[in-house]
Amino acid sequence: MSTIDASFSGKVGDFNLNAQFSIPSHGVTAIFGPSGCGKTSVLRCIAGLDQLTNGSLSVGGIVWQDQKIFLPPHKRPIGYVFQEASLFNHLSVSGNLTYGQRRYKAPNTHLSLDNVIDLLGLNKPLNRSPQNLSGGERQRVAIGRALLSAPEILLMDEPLAALDHASRNEILPYLERLHERMEIPILYVSHDMAEVERLADHMVFMEGGSVSTSGALIDLLNNPELPFSRAPEAAALIEGVVVKYDEKYGLTTLSIAGAEMIVPGTVGPLGSAHRLRVTASDVGLCQGPLPDQLSIQNIIEARVISIQPMGEFQATVFLELGQKEGGAKIIARITRKSFEALALTKGSPVTALIKSIALLD
Amino acid sequence: MWEAVILTLKLATITTFLLLLIGTPIAWWLTRSRAKWKEIVGAVVALPLILPPTVLGFYLLLILGPSSPVGQFAEAIFGHTLPFTFAGLVVGSVIYSLPFVVQPVRNAFEAIGERPLEVAATLRASPLDAFFTIALPLARPGLLTGAVLGFAHTMGEFGVVLMIGGNIPGETKVLSVAIYDFVETLEWDKAHILAAGMLLFSFLVILIMSVAEKRMRNRLT
Repeated sequence: MSTIDASFSGKVGDFNLNAQFSIPSHGVTAIFGPSGCGKTSVLRCIAGLDQLTNGSLSVGGIVWQDQKIFLPPHKRPIGYVFQEASLFNHLSVSGNLTYGQRRYKAPNTHLSLDNVIDLLGLNKPLNRSPQNLSGGERQRVAIGRALLSAPEILLMDEPLAALDHASRNEILPYLERLHERMEIPILYVSHDMAEVERLADHMVFMEGGSVSTSGALIDLLNNPELPFSRAPEAAALIEGVVVKYDEKYGLTTLSIAGAEMIVPGTVGPLGSAHRLRVTASDVGLCQGPLPDQLSIQNIIEARVISIQPMGEFQATVFLELGQKEGGAKIIARITRKSFEALALTKGSPVTALIKSIALLD
Repeated sequence: MWEAVILTLKLATITTFLLLLIGTPIAWWLTRSRAKWKEIVGAVVALPLILPPTVLGFYLLLILGPSSPVGQFAEAIFGHTLPFTFAGLVVGSVIYSLPFVVQPVRNAFEAIGERPLEVAATLRASPLDAFFTIALPLARPGLLTGAVLGFAHTMGEFGVVLMIGGNIPGETKVLSVAIYDFVETLEWDKAHILAAGMLLFSFLVILIMSVAEKRMRNRLT
């Protein structure tokens, strides 16, 4: 499988960047880390907007940069979405959208203007100035403009960070659609784990100018060695397939590795894949007989695979669902009192209890 | 009298055209270059702002005269040296008014910032392409200011003209020199017409320019 191999080191201003990583050239890869860790610098280097003393980059086997070669940004088949929409105010909305498209010489088999308008829900008049658009609309035009330049890789630098809460929620569904429909890899810089959990398949985690770890997002989030499971909002992601829909109660059943889970609402047609976010503090643990009547609908047999104390009074318990190897992994956050009452050790069988309503998107 | 007016308008039009042609790339280079010595170039371009026109005229006379290499080069091309010709006036005017064009255009380019050009580059636009399709249109208010200032400044030029142009009717006798002549020969009526005309013209230029610039800026921001 082709990959994107990147290595950048050198000074950006008075900041030392030293980042090496390799990511698959499909799906959404989040470049995640605290503010000032060099995420944006990495993205700018990939675009060719910044050139460091030592850099190499190859995308799908084609060298964009090494000791001898440096493709300038306009020769790289990229789309770049900046934090601010940065629309050209002297051009109309459609002038903005087609700016890159007009400069792409080969026939564009990717997307047409109509496709993009449909994909991003751009229903405002296109011959007007972009200045009358709302923040969310402006950013959607910027995304459409990048897509229409027929990029082979889409780079997004915190495209939601400059927007207010409402505009952010307005754009997120479009970004999810992008993820579903686009075949090109997307690199998404963010410092917001909630965004990453919603959008990304892979993650490159950066700290202090270098890459701490990278890999499939699902594996990184439930890895006891990594800091993600220790965050107050820690959660595990699991992939499921829709197998049943209960019309009477509006509940969907998902089949996941080692178990079935019931979630509220319609999450997709039968047979479609759905990603579930299970917050650690929403998972309860139980040993011994269950009470006869219980409001909790997800009662799943599981095994303890690891335990991490969390400060003085809490513990994080890593679970594998089902009795056999290969089950989906979730994490549970419980108090030390419960932890001692249950006397959990590695390998203990437990029952995980997850309220369906807590799995609402 | 009208000969001087027409000659002045002709000089100002040609000069403004050349100023935009030369001044815009200089302003662009001064904005974009990271060379440490670029401010030296900037200072040289800005010199006519504070230099007495007679000093500028004196050196131009020497440089364009028959004993300097530049003058000999011009002689080889035009068949005569440039001082005391209309072409000489154009050269002098361009140098004299250059800062009035370069400064506002440079300010306009600097106000655009890095971002729109970076966006253009990520959208497959080469630097030259981005200059013409992004930087120039966004700098329109500055280009307008520069053109108007350059034109008006050339209209009122006196010292440099006197030094390198002299006072040849139809060739180098421009408005300001004509006014001076009328006053010298006590033809006050004619001096009044030209002087009042210049006053009105200057006022209208400034008024129209500030209104137009404001409207353009509102449209672009």
